[in-house]
Amino acid sequence: MEITINVKRFNPEGNNAEHFFQDYTLEVEDYSTVLDALIKIREDIDGSLALRCSCRAAICGSCAMRVNGHAKLVCKTKILDVSTDGSNFITVEPMGNLPVIKDLVTDMKPFWDRIRAVKPWIQPDGPEPTEEYVAPNEAMLHLNGVMGCIMCGACVSDCTVLEIDKNFLGPAALAKAYRFVADPRDAEDHERLRAYSEYGGIWDCTRCMECVQVCPKGVAPMDRIMGLREKAIEIGFDNNNGSRHTEAFNESIRNSGHLDELRLPVKTFGMGGLFVLGSMLNVPAILSNIPNLIGMLPVAIRAFRRGKVPPMIHKKIHGYEKVKNIFEKMESKK
Amino acid sequence: MKYAFFPGCVSRGGCPELYPAAVAVCKNLGIELEEIVGASCTGAGVLQEKNQKLGDTLNARTFAMAEGMGLPIMTICSTCQGTMAQAHDRLKDTAYRAEVNEILSEEDLEYKGDVVIKHLLWIMVEDIGLETVKKLVTTPLSSMKVAAFYGCYIIRPTGVLGFDEHPEREDSLERVIEALGAELVDFPGKTKCCGFPILTINETNSVKMVANHTLDAKERGADAMVTPCPLCHLNLDGFQPKASAQKNTDIDLPVLHLPQMVGLAMGMDPKKMGLDKHIVPTAKLVSKVKITA
Repeated sequence: MEITINVKRFNPEGNNAEHFFQDYTLEVEDYSTVLDALIKIREDIDGSLALRCSCRAAICGSCAMRVNGHAKLVCKTKILDVSTDGSNFITVEPMGNLPVIKDLVTDMKPFWDRIRAVKPWIQPDGPEPTEEYVAPNEAMLHLNGVMGCIMCGACVSDCTVLEIDKNFLGPAALAKAYRFVADPRDAEDHERLRAYSEYGGIWDCTRCMECVQVCPKGVAPMDRIMGLREKAIEIGFDNNNGSRHTEAFNESIRNSGHLDELRLPVKTFGMGGLFVLGSMLNVPAILSNIPNLIGMLPVAIRAFRRGKVPPMIHKKIHGYEKVKNIFEKMESKK
Repeated sequence: MKYAFFPGCVSRGGCPELYPAAVAVCKNLGIELEEIVGASCTGAGVLQEKNQKLGDTLNARTFAMAEGMGLPIMTICSTCQGTMAQAHDRLKDTAYRAEVNEILSEEDLEYKGDVVIKHLLWIMVEDIGLETVKKLVTTPLSSMKVAAFYGCYIIRPTGVLGFDEHPEREDSLERVIEALGAELVDFPGKTKCCGFPILTINETNSVKMVANHTLDAKERGADAMVTPCPLCHLNLDGFQPKASAQKNTDIDLPVLHLPQMVGLAMGMDPKKMGLDKHIVPTAKLVSKVKITA
C-alpha cells in the first residue's frame, strides 16, 4: 500500500536551524511497522534523515518517537494501526520534553540526569552478605512490572508536567524510584521518600495518565508514583499540601460520604488545624501556607459573587454511616 | 431510555450550575434519570492514593446499588467516569470482587460485575445517536467556534475506558460540537491535563496549564471551550483570571459544561443552564447564539 509520512525535521547545521515538516510517500507492506517505513525512507529516498534504532523488537528502547502526536516505539507500531482513518497519512515527530539533536533523534541527557537523581541503586543496611542478597520471591514478583522498564523515554515525552516544569523528576525516574523503595533489600526508604516528597517529586504529578497510556511495556509509571505517595504518607511525610489534601479528602468522604469542597482547600493548606494544639508541630508549614490561602481569596470572592460556590452547610449523604463503617473496617485491616 | 444517575460531588458543589443544566438537558434528550440515593464519592483517584481497595469498595457499593435498580449508570463528570471505569476494570477479577463483596455483605449488597457506566457524552453518541441529537437542535450554534477539552479521566487509559469496543469515544466531544452546529476548533491541548489535581500543591504549574490551553485554543480561533468534566471547568474557568495575570493578557475564553452547550443548541434558557454563574462571562457568547437564531 502507498502511505505518506509527514516527518518533523531539524538540522542544527543548516543555515536556518529550524524545525520543518517534510512529506515522504512510499510503498510499504501491510505488515510493515513505522520503523520499517522510516528506514526505507533513509535508505531509498533521503539519506539525510536521522533516526535512532537498534533491536527492532521492542527491547532496546531506542526508537521512541511521537506518532500522530503520541509517543510510541516505532518498531512496535504497525502502520495499519496508526492509519485507521483510511488516509494512509502518518505524522512522525521526535519525542517531546527532550532537546532534539537532529530530525527524530533526541538528546537523552535530561532523561538520564533525572534517573540518576533518584539514586537508582540498592542501598542496603548492615554488613554485606557473604554470598548474594536474598529477596522474597513475592517481593520480586511485585517488582516485575516496574522492572520491565526499557528506558525508552516515551513516558517522559508525553508527560504533561514536564511540558511546563523541567524540575519535575518525571514518570520514568519516579517509577525507578518506586522499584528501589519497594525492594526489601534497600534500607534507605526513609531518606528516599523524604527526598521524593520535595518540590519536583511525587506530589507534582497531575495523575493525567499520559505515561500509563504511552508506556510500551505496561510499567504504568503513574501507578508507581501513587504507590510512592501511599508509602510517603505511611512513613509520616505528611507535612505538605499533597498529603494533607489526600488526608482531608479521605476525612470528608469518611465523615459525610462525599466531598466538602469548601473546607478542602483550607485543610490542604494546613489551616484547618491552626487552633488545634496537636498541630503546633506543623507551624512552619501553616505559616508558609497563609499566603497561599490569601492568594485564593480573589478566586473565592469572584465565585461567591457569581453564586458558583458549594453549599455553606455540608450535608451528609443518605446512609453516610454505611460509608463510615466501610472506612473503619478497611482502615483497621490496613 | 433510563439511567441510574450519579451526579458526583462537584455538580452540586463547586459547579452548582452543572446539576440543573444536566437534568434539564437530559429531559429534552429523552433520558429518564433515577438518582442513586446514598452513593458515595468515587474517591476521584485521590482517596485511591492512600487506599485503592477502599476506593474500589466504595465504587463497588455504588455499582451494586445500580445493579439493584437494574439500570446502567450515567455520569456527568470525566473524573467520576474514569475513576469508576478503573474500579470496574479491577473488579473484573473474581477473587478480588469476592473480597470486596464480603465487606459489602454487611449492607446486604453484592456487586455481580455487570454494571455499565457511561458519561452523558457517550450516551449522546452511542445510545441516542448524533442524528437524533441533530434533530433536537433548534438553535444551531453556527456562530460559535468551539474547542473541546476532555479531561484526562475520560480519555485515558483507553483500554480501561472501553475504547477498543467503542472507538468513537476518541473524538466523541468533537462530533457532538459539530452535531450542535458549532464550528470545531482543533487544538493539541484538548486531551491534556487542565492542572486541577495540583492546584493546591503547585498553583504556578496548575495555572500555567490553564493559561497554555485557553490561550492556545483562543489563538486558533476559538471563542468558547466545552468540557464534560466539572473539575476541568473549575480550573479553566475559575482560574482563568489568574492565568491571564500570569501571561499578562486578557484571555477571556468562556468555558461551558457539555450540558450547557447542548441546552443552548436546544434553545433552552441560558440562565436555567447557569451560564450566569461562570467566572469568565458568557453573555457575549450567548448573545451571539441568540442573534444567529
